[in-house]
Amino acid sequence: MAAKSNLLNMALCLTAVCLICAALLGGVYALTWQPIQDASAKALKASIGMVLPEGGEISEAKTATLDGVQYEYYENRVEGSVNAYAVKSATNGFGGQLLLMVGVLEDGTVYNTSVLSHSETPGLGAKCNQDENFMAQWRGFSPDKKIAVRKDGGDVDAITASTITSRAYALAVSNAVNVVKSLNNKEVRK
Amino acid sequence: MSKLSILTDGFVKNNPTFVLVLGMCPTLATTTSAMNGLEMGLATMFVLILSNIVISLIAPVVPDKVHIPVYIVVIATFVTLLQLLMQAFVPGVYQTLGLFIPLIVVNCIVLGRAEAFANKHGVLESALDGIGVGLGFTLSLTVIGIVREILGSGSVFGWKFIPGDGILAFVMAPGAFMVLGYLMVLFNKYLKK
Repeated sequence: MAAKSNLLNMALCLTAVCLICAALLGGVYALTWQPIQDASAKALKASIGMVLPEGGEISEAKTATLDGVQYEYYENRVEGSVNAYAVKSATNGFGGQLLLMVGVLEDGTVYNTSVLSHSETPGLGAKCNQDENFMAQWRGFSPDKKIAVRKDGGDVDAITASTITSRAYALAVSNAVNVVKSLNNKEVRK
Repeated sequence: MSKLSILTDGFVKNNPTFVLVLGMCPTLATTTSAMNGLEMGLATMFVLILSNIVISLIAPVVPDKVHIPVYIVVIATFVTLLQLLMQAFVPGVYQTLGLFIPLIVVNCIVLGRAEAFANKHGVLESALDGIGVGLGFTLSLTVIGIVREILGSGSVFGWKFIPGDGILAFVMAPGAFMVLGYLMVLFNKYLKK
């Protein structure tokens, strides 16, 4: 059974336990740092590949600013000219940040979307990356349609009982489309 | 107490969810589907076994007055290790469960078994207790998850067999309480004699 307590052995014991645990954590952190970086880089690359048309050359990360918010984006070049963009777009969902990768074609059509990370309620808002119907409607979302849920007068079918998540998703997509629009204007002006 | 009964006690007699009613926070929060329940149970079992082993080893030299902080540091270390390892090697699972992993630190089952069992028993018994209680917890969470997934989404382990949306309340918090309550009644009536 436990040893009798006095000031010295309490302090020593706590110090020793904390030192050992901290050393262990530091070691494992150092060991897993590379695999964690690789895994997130791989996830990022996969999501970029998913939201852009096939057969292009994907550029390095670039940044654009729209309404004071900085966005990271990637260009997809086919024979030297850009035909699509993948924009990383974040909004606040129901449970925290909702981070999307949105592929947008030159004319403003949404090519595809992919969820990078979210903290939505499991079984409800978390369906935003599982629900086939919700995900499918973004493929080839025409620029003539309004990017907002039907409740708000738009053309997006929300996930059942997850209006807030759907709204956040629509906002993230619409921001990404606006980023691409502003990029195009800039290039035209030059 | 035989080694076998230590192992099997965690299933029925000391079932952490339905008998001891410990660790309700992860139980209610993560059981929206069978798969989530199973994964959360396994993650908790991993921490439980390792912390039971370490605590049974260090218990004789830890001064009585600081034993709780020491145990918590040990448990928190294993939880953080689990989090880092999951992030590195199973990022897919981490995406769904990442939010709940830190909760294992404050899961009363882990500290409860350290206090009630591991600091009074040897390494082997403590490891067996960790496996038994861990499996009992995993089983309970999976059963709750299966029931909630059938009623709430019309599917089991993601395999959909009832078309449509299901009864939404069972995916949300009120359904978790209802399913837990009814399963507890059934469990105590038929299994715990």
